[in-house]
Amino acid sequence: MDRIDTASAATEIARRMGHAALAASLLASSGAVYAEREYNLQTPVTSIAAQIFDLHTYIMWTCVVIFVGVFSVMFYSIFAHRKSKGHQAAQFHENTMVEIVWTVIPFLILLFMAFPATKTVLAMKDASVPDMTVKVTGFQWKWHYDYLDHGFSYVSNLTTPDAQIHNREVKGEHYLLEVDQPMVVPAGKKVRVLITAGDVIHSWWVPAFGVKQDAIPGFVRDSWFTAEKPGIYRGQCAELCGKEHGFMPIVVEVKSADDYAKWLDAQKKKSAASVDDMNKVWDPNDLIARGAKVYAANCVACHQATGKGVPGAFPALDGSPVVNGPKDAQIKIVLNGVVKDGEPTAMVAWKNTLSDTDIAAVITYTRNSWGNHTNQAVQPAEVKADRS
Amino acid sequence: MSSIPHDHVAGHAHDDHAHHPSGIMRWITTTNHKDIGTLYLWFSMIMFLAGGVLALTIRTELFQPGLQIVDPEFFNSLTTLHGLIMIFGAIMPAAVGFANWQVPLMIGAPDMAFARMNNWSFWLLPFAATLLISSFLVPGGAAAGGWTMYAPLSVQAGMGMDFTIFAVHILGASSIMGAINIITTILNLRAPGMTLMKMPLFVWTWLITAYLLIAVMPVLAGAVTMLLTDRHFGTSFFNAAGGGDPVMFQHIFWFFGHPEVYIMILPSFGIVSTILPAFSRKPLFGYASMVYATGSIAILSFIVWAHHMFTVGMPAAGQVFFMYATMLIAVPTGVKVFNWVATMWKGSLTFETPMLFAIGFIFLFTMGGFTGLVLAITPVDIQLQDTYYVVAHFHYVLVAGSLFAFFGGIYYWLPKWSGRMYDETLGKWHFWLSMIFFNVTFFPMHFLGLAGMPRRIPDYATQFADWNMVASIGAFGFGLSQILFLYTVLKAIRFGPRAPARPWEGSDTLEWTLPSPVPYHTFETPPAVV
Repeated sequence: MDRIDTASAATEIARRMGHAALAASLLASSGAVYAEREYNLQTPVTSIAAQIFDLHTYIMWTCVVIFVGVFSVMFYSIFAHRKSKGHQAAQFHENTMVEIVWTVIPFLILLFMAFPATKTVLAMKDASVPDMTVKVTGFQWKWHYDYLDHGFSYVSNLTTPDAQIHNREVKGEHYLLEVDQPMVVPAGKKVRVLITAGDVIHSWWVPAFGVKQDAIPGFVRDSWFTAEKPGIYRGQCAELCGKEHGFMPIVVEVKSADDYAKWLDAQKKKSAASVDDMNKVWDPNDLIARGAKVYAANCVACHQATGKGVPGAFPALDGSPVVNGPKDAQIKIVLNGVVKDGEPTAMVAWKNTLSDTDIAAVITYTRNSWGNHTNQAVQPAEVKADRS
Repeated sequence: MSSIPHDHVAGHAHDDHAHHPSGIMRWITTTNHKDIGTLYLWFSMIMFLAGGVLALTIRTELFQPGLQIVDPEFFNSLTTLHGLIMIFGAIMPAAVGFANWQVPLMIGAPDMAFARMNNWSFWLLPFAATLLISSFLVPGGAAAGGWTMYAPLSVQAGMGMDFTIFAVHILGASSIMGAINIITTILNLRAPGMTLMKMPLFVWTWLITAYLLIAVMPVLAGAVTMLLTDRHFGTSFFNAAGGGDPVMFQHIFWFFGHPEVYIMILPSFGIVSTILPAFSRKPLFGYASMVYATGSIAILSFIVWAHHMFTVGMPAAGQVFFMYATMLIAVPTGVKVFNWVATMWKGSLTFETPMLFAIGFIFLFTMGGFTGLVLAITPVDIQLQDTYYVVAHFHYVLVAGSLFAFFGGIYYWLPKWSGRMYDETLGKWHFWLSMIFFNVTFFPMHFLGLAGMPRRIPDYATQFADWNMVASIGAFGFGLSQILFLYTVLKAIRFGPRAPARPWEGSDTLEWTLPSPVPYHTFETPPAVV
């Protein structure tokens, strides 16, 4: 809390405590005044999410009714059958009929829950005849969206500034739930998502869609959704995936058919334009500038903005013999990752996620940042040469 | 159940030949089930406080959004070690402590069947705990992949993970030996006339628990061993690139993990089934159906494991099967709750601290049971999997469930064990503070989960801020209330008034026929059970 003075932090805590006390008392009285999203499942925008919402409501209230019934009996007993009131203990301790009744009735209630639940399970599993398919790959700690039907792909990174996370700035409206490039889909179309991962297990979850599917390295799973309403929907990785697990949100922007077509067009053009000329010789300063962005998006989580890494877990780049040594060795590490004892480490291979130009840029950046002053630039052609 | 003539006097006062070393050697070399029971219970108390410190560190970080006191990797270590310490260090050893003290006393046996193995089962624990806790100090820190240790994340981890794996091996060996001991004791050392269907329900629940332990602890040992060889010896059990499958780890883990949750709750069922009749002054209702319900729960626990994995993407048939099997567990669990309520019905109730904890147990455990039913519904689970709703659910069944029953059991048996009464006013304060702060801590987590907050995150979006603050305040209240518990117990042991042989009017099991404090050696001649 360097920049926010203690007084304003205290005011913020006091405000929240007041808010929390209010929330608690509202819950105790009516509960209806507060926004739905603080108490209940998020407003569904797909038919599956709506079914889940209704199932939960139905089952929860059934449970509440049974709970109140059973504990009314118990609390009546606590009230009426007290020794202090002179109540004499009866000595009955068995009744087979009663046991059968309270075995069979719950079973019947369960049947009435199982039936609608099964219908929803079958509906969720029906990913057939999609209008489009997007492949989603989870990486530590970002999502990669691949529009298989259109041949372009991009990485979606958290954009919440470090200063907000470390309380040096006021937190924004979509704190931790904002990304640079959201997944974009058209409204009213059945979107099939193929979900996998590049390192450890992640889980792709958008609550408003009722979709949560683990992303499993080496296997492809699928799920689907048809978002009825344009809008921006936010979720988070739901499976513990390491240090930055809490910092890899999922944002899906649902656009109208027209807007989606425009977006698609723009993406295709951008994708065509971004195919860099591999033989172009870049100015070192341009490489460093581009490399800084690549570093911020891909490397900073482990190696840190200071380049000092995390001792014991992630090596420092600042002063590293690899970064200050021969170019080829560093290029190969970035391309292929580090494999120790036959197992991939947290330093994954970047050859499939980053272009030659991006790799050249980020290496040039690391070789000329912090205490590293090699004054060497790595050109895309050199990266290309090492890809083999 | 057996009915014991209350004028029966075991009369060991004249031959209480407690020949044992004194000082520290008494505890290191002891083969006495009472000493070992005491060791288990104190060990679990220490672990409970250690795990509590980790929990409060977590809740401090989560008091407000943003990163304040710990960095994310350390946060993950905290949640991981909190889970491991509480499950393997606090709850399970406490249950074995109760078994050590109470099983021989309740069946009229002189000691556990394998007295020396009993010593070894306990003395493995401090070494395992040292391994676990010292892993915070190794390069890379303690294991940070969650107590579930999912591959490949735990394959990627530093050497703290190896410490955890070996700790789990040792804890598993201890549990298996303890379970063998308990089964052998119950099946072979019952007093004449104590048929299986006359055993107190606590003994029944532990008999079934011990079978569960023997069945699944080796499975866990197998899972972590495969993890170890994947990490260091080039195998690919859980690595797709080598022909393995990361999801297989989850199947094996939860084949252990689901019976494990019943291992942690069944002894508590037994304790509650002992306390309720005593303070209702009325026999336990439906003894036979309670035994059958416990057995059914144990058997069902083997065919529901994949409900922890509904989001891995299994076929519809798999999801539906595991949903139905899981829902079925509600039937025997319901039977137990109904029987407890029927036990209280038309009793002559008093509300000493053990009874308050037993009632608190039924009330909150049933809530945890209902959220379990909500989570059994596959589509709802897919929405709630890995959210704070799950965190709320399992703390309702584990803290308000297992732990509350253990508190009740401690207050109930402490007069017998120590020969002294606890302070009833302090006990009641402990109950009400625990009850209130437990709910302040964990009830809001249902809302957080429904609203979409994932578990195991060190920082969260601002719409979750209010309930997190409430939960953190509750957690500190709950944590401090347990200091009161420690004080109440210590005060009772040191300064409590002398307890009579049978301080609870309605209690009718064998241990109450013995003097208080219970002599060092008991039932050297089997008691008569009519």
